[in-house]
Amino acid sequence: MIASSLHPSLLFFAGALLLWFLPLAGRRVLILLVPAAAFFLISQLEAGTAYNYQMFGFDLNLLRVDKLSKVFGYVFTLNAFACFLFGQHLKERYEHTASLAYIGAALGAVFAADLISLYMFWEVMAVTSTFLVLARKTERSYRAAFRYVMVHIFGGLCLLAGILLQVNATGSVAFDGFSLHGLPTYLILIGFLVNAAAPPMNAWLSDAYPEATVTGGVIMTAYTTKTAVYTLIRGFAGWEVLMVVGCVMAIYGIIWAILENDMRRILAYSIMNQVGFMICGIGIGTAMALNGAVAHAFAHIVYKALLWMSAGSVLYMTGKSKCTDLGGLYKTMPLTMIFGTIGALAISSFPFLSGYTTKPMIIEAGVHEGFFWVWLVLEIASAGVFLHAGIKFPYFVFFAKDKGLRPGEPPKHMLLAMAFMSFVCIFIGVFPQPLYNILPFGSVEFHAYTFEHTLNQFQLLMFSALAFFMLLPLLKRTETISIDTDWFYRKGGKLFVSFVDQVFNGINSWANEIFAKRFPGQLARFFDEPGGNLQKHALQLISELSGDESLLTDRKASVERRSRFGAYPVGGGVLLAVLAVAALSFFCFH
Amino acid sequence: MAMNENKKDAKVVTDWFDHPQNIKRLKIGFYLVLVLLVLPDLFMHKHTLFSSVEAWPGFYAVFGFVSCVVIILVSKLVGFGLKQKEDYYDRQ
Repeated sequence: MIASSLHPSLLFFAGALLLWFLPLAGRRVLILLVPAAAFFLISQLEAGTAYNYQMFGFDLNLLRVDKLSKVFGYVFTLNAFACFLFGQHLKERYEHTASLAYIGAALGAVFAADLISLYMFWEVMAVTSTFLVLARKTERSYRAAFRYVMVHIFGGLCLLAGILLQVNATGSVAFDGFSLHGLPTYLILIGFLVNAAAPPMNAWLSDAYPEATVTGGVIMTAYTTKTAVYTLIRGFAGWEVLMVVGCVMAIYGIIWAILENDMRRILAYSIMNQVGFMICGIGIGTAMALNGAVAHAFAHIVYKALLWMSAGSVLYMTGKSKCTDLGGLYKTMPLTMIFGTIGALAISSFPFLSGYTTKPMIIEAGVHEGFFWVWLVLEIASAGVFLHAGIKFPYFVFFAKDKGLRPGEPPKHMLLAMAFMSFVCIFIGVFPQPLYNILPFGSVEFHAYTFEHTLNQFQLLMFSALAFFMLLPLLKRTETISIDTDWFYRKGGKLFVSFVDQVFNGINSWANEIFAKRFPGQLARFFDEPGGNLQKHALQLISELSGDESLLTDRKASVERRSRFGAYPVGGGVLLAVLAVAALSFFCFH
Repeated sequence: MAMNENKKDAKVVTDWFDHPQNIKRLKIGFYLVLVLLVLPDLFMHKHTLFSSVEAWPGFYAVFGFVSCVVIILVSKLVGFGLKQKEDYYDRQ
């Protein structure tokens, strides 16, 4: 019975609390037990909705179980298990708490049946994941975390505004496929796309993830972007604009990854590239394309975590993450190298690994619909993936020039986690049917292993490798960073501030000079001797008009003398003051 | 952040790639694989998706190679404008 079952998120939130009462050994068991139990729980869930509650007069549901939410639930918990196995060495509670809450919120977002519940979990994800960046405890990570959370607050606000308008327009909080094209759905779409790292709101990913901790980086790669992929599948399947967005992301990720020097930043850009494939599939919107997007998300989460684990092991053992500092690590870290290479080949959709049984589904779905441009861009991007992630990452980290670093293999639990993920990569690559069976959009009519298809893929990949080694001099690593769209709020923000500073503070100080200093001063001098001054100015005017200035000085002197001795009635001054006040009040309050 | 506490150099397990003759073998093997991959194209009938060009022998080989060359050149070009020194954002 679904009503009596536990909510999978609840396990994670309870685990996050329980962590603070357990000793280290207990915590180590707990963080493995929670995802394992959640995985089992999800496998037992029957289709339907549960956990109803009321808010703002709406009937809301925290748990919607169908094939789509289940498959994401499976991979989220499977990945969580491997990530926590990888993170067994952490003694502090802080990071694990944030991770558990973050994953719990991601599961909550996936199982939420309505927009309001979705929004709540969405924001919890943004906040809790920020702590995984903060946990690095460096000046750079603090700043990156701040930018990260600001971008996500922006995305969250877009989502919230969209949800409010949507509820206002339709009277419904239901989260299903949106058919209405208009401001509400566009805002929701923008909110989702921010989390999917679609340009121009992409830079938070490559900015923040590489600044996260060793384990934090591994965990973050799976949840934020893939929750966004899930929500896009649920809400925006078949929206053609997503084909364009996906194609742009696939290419964008490659080009920036090639320019990059930091190994984890290379992998961050390849997330963007891979999510591009999925979003393109969502835009195509046929059952096969959507199945492809889901399957690819599943495979991607696993091999991407594996790649980040191998990069994380290198960072953990050497304290370095720049390609210019690394190289030749195969000598003392051969196992890490092998696992990393399996991940790198899987992401390149090398036959017999997981990417090969999932990604071509999306491309073939596009071909079925006759989208020549989609096919062309995604094939080029497929070649490019091998270039930037498949070869570049392992080559510059584990081979290339030996920099004399001699770290050993990482701790055993890290190797075990990588071995586990490598196994999953190979399993899905060789036996894709179990994965195909749980895909949500009808039965899968896709056969990856035809001789022709496999041969074509091998040709594509191996000649990409040839291009890599022939143009290696052009790919030489440099100690640089590459400007991305975060420039606008990092450098552009500063320029904007200094521009605004110059303009508005300029106007301010000018106004201060005129209205606060000079003008009142003159007024004060004038009203000091109002009657006398009025006469003096009148005299000046008359004499200038008549051209006769001979008597001017004498007359001014006599006016001054009279006014000094108070020869004018006080009433004259009062009258002028009243007139001045009247004029002022007319201008100010009219 | 946690660091490797054992600063002593780990034992070198293998240095296979340091030997020029191994690299030479690797290269020969690699070129052999390339040839073997294109060879079947000459003898089999290939399906096409959009254009008859796809049925030409070695189409995907050329496609992959040219794609990568273009990608590398484009990113090199983009890099001229976008690559900055590492302290770019720290400078005032």
